[in-house]
Amino acid sequence: MSMTDRLSSAPAQRRLPHGLIVARNILLFLMRAPTSLFGLIVLGLLITLAVFAPLIATHDPYVQNLQNTLQPPSAAHLFGTDELGRDIFSRLVAGSRITLSIIFLVTIVVGPLGLFFGTVAGYYGGKVDTVLMRITDIFLSFPSLILSLAFVAALGPSLNNAIIAISLTAWPPIARLARAETMTFRQADYIAAAKLQGASSARIIWRSIVPMCLPSVLIRLTLNMATVILTAAGLGFLGLGAQPPLPEWGAMIATGRRYMIDSWWLVTFPGLAILCVSLAFNLLGDGLRDALDPKQMNRR
Amino acid sequence: MRQSKRRYAGVAEQGVSILITLFGLLILTFVIGRIMPTDPVRAMVGEDATREVYENVYRQLGLDKPMWQQFLIYLRDIATFDFGTSIRTGKPVLEDIARVLPATIELATFAIIIGAGLGTPMGVIAATNKDKWQDQLIRVFSLMGHSMPIFWTGMIALLVFYANLGWVGGSGRMSQFYIGLVPERTNFLLIDSALAGQWDVFRSALNHIILPASLLGYSSSAYITRMTRSFMLDQINQEYVTTARVKGLSRRQTIWRHAFGNIRVQLVTIVALAYGALLEGAVLIETVFAWPGFGQYLTSNLLIGDMNAVMTCVLIVGVIFIGLNILSDILYRVFDPRTR
Repeated sequence: MSMTDRLSSAPAQRRLPHGLIVARNILLFLMRAPTSLFGLIVLGLLITLAVFAPLIATHDPYVQNLQNTLQPPSAAHLFGTDELGRDIFSRLVAGSRITLSIIFLVTIVVGPLGLFFGTVAGYYGGKVDTVLMRITDIFLSFPSLILSLAFVAALGPSLNNAIIAISLTAWPPIARLARAETMTFRQADYIAAAKLQGASSARIIWRSIVPMCLPSVLIRLTLNMATVILTAAGLGFLGLGAQPPLPEWGAMIATGRRYMIDSWWLVTFPGLAILCVSLAFNLLGDGLRDALDPKQMNRR
Repeated sequence: MRQSKRRYAGVAEQGVSILITLFGLLILTFVIGRIMPTDPVRAMVGEDATREVYENVYRQLGLDKPMWQQFLIYLRDIATFDFGTSIRTGKPVLEDIARVLPATIELATFAIIIGAGLGTPMGVIAATNKDKWQDQLIRVFSLMGHSMPIFWTGMIALLVFYANLGWVGGSGRMSQFYIGLVPERTNFLLIDSALAGQWDVFRSALNHIILPASLLGYSSSAYITRMTRSFMLDQINQEYVTTARVKGLSRRQTIWRHAFGNIRVQLVTIVALAYGALLEGAVLIETVFAWPGFGQYLTSNLLIGDMNAVMTCVLIVGVIFIGLNILSDILYRVFDPRTR
């Protein structure tokens, strides 16, 4: 961004298009680094696959064909067939919808929840802060997979319960982060100015604090998505997440495990899919950190 | 005088907050244990027990009492280290866990040695070659370790290195052939077999542990690499590094003796946290490698709904994590004066 650009965009800062300009700049920044570009491409691919799943899939992901089981990859079946003769490529494509919906649901639960508790705790401080942080401490005292395991065991194994369990375990780090951010500018002059103008606490939190926390929360969410995907796949693998015949990638690996020695394609392709998506999120989060952190940008 | 008083107050406050967290943990495990869908009585007495037997056990377990009373009983049991008996094995849960934990500790220790041995130098190299190809390569390599679904990598590694190449042992802690040959003293197989002078068993055990430990280590090295890199960058940008260089120290000496010397304590914290996080990977990797450890004990009991065992496992993991978090908190406070 040149100096003149910055000057001309300054008056427009309060209006909505500014958000779009920022988004475009971030996107341009991300596309410059090969690693985050890879992340963007994989993510774009995932969304395309999920949206157009019925058009892209070459077969019905649920239809069994017992005459055609455990076929190696070929022109007819790109990634081969599984133990019930179902086309693995089509199942992977259908599974992208499951993965995307896990990501989407967890994000819309965890982001607002973490942001709310974090900013409230950070802004009010004192007893409110102590109580809220105690609660996050309890949740943070478990590795996410173990806590999700326990929740799923309590709720009963299913995809929905896995999503609930993952959401329950994923919000505390976000809240912690939002709180830390809030505390750094709780005493800032512009907050004091807003207070003097008579703004209510809710308004200050919503208009002045939440936007400041948003970048770091966004990065953290993106980085967390990799963990979320791995946890969901792990739950599926242990038989506690999505249940067959749902083509969830982790569950596909679990069933393919029995035939692994002779039919490598059963586990290889779903695993690669998980690896690609979680790597994409990690690389993207890494790139976003650079893009949104001015301190890092200067260092580069 | 006044300062020491304040310090004591700080320690007391920390102690109280730890107790509150522990209490919350107990509530959490209690709730999880109570809402589990499996019927603990049915699991204990079997499918064809008479109604009388069923109700006896029901009362014995205290399930007829109100929730708050059950919770108090739970607290009392925990305070006296009575974690109940496992329905499956019929032994006290604590005894079961003491039996399986060494296998996991052995695996995790092996893994953290590999993880730290891999992650620390990679982090230093990445920091000293910031934004050059080395940095990019290390970034992708370590993120890869962080992104892989470890249960899948474990299966692929078994397929390649065991089934096809035959370089390492397969699943389990040692070959079937050797099971029962070594007297169980510490339950750490490597130590037991060395003590007994059974070097064949020792070699077999080493052959079996190397693959799962390498995978776990690789996955934890991502975190260690990243943190080492950022700690090192903080140091390298400081003036004393320039001073040391101006004084005539070589680049290597400056980096390893001065800059690295200053991040050692921070690194210990990070490695401690990574060690705790290995418990998570252990759950999955132990399933893949049929490793008879804590993770497998937890998952197998989850699937059959053994309430006492699951609650205790979750509790133990929680306590380990609280301990590690306190450790890192204390070190963080000591070394970062801004947070005081």
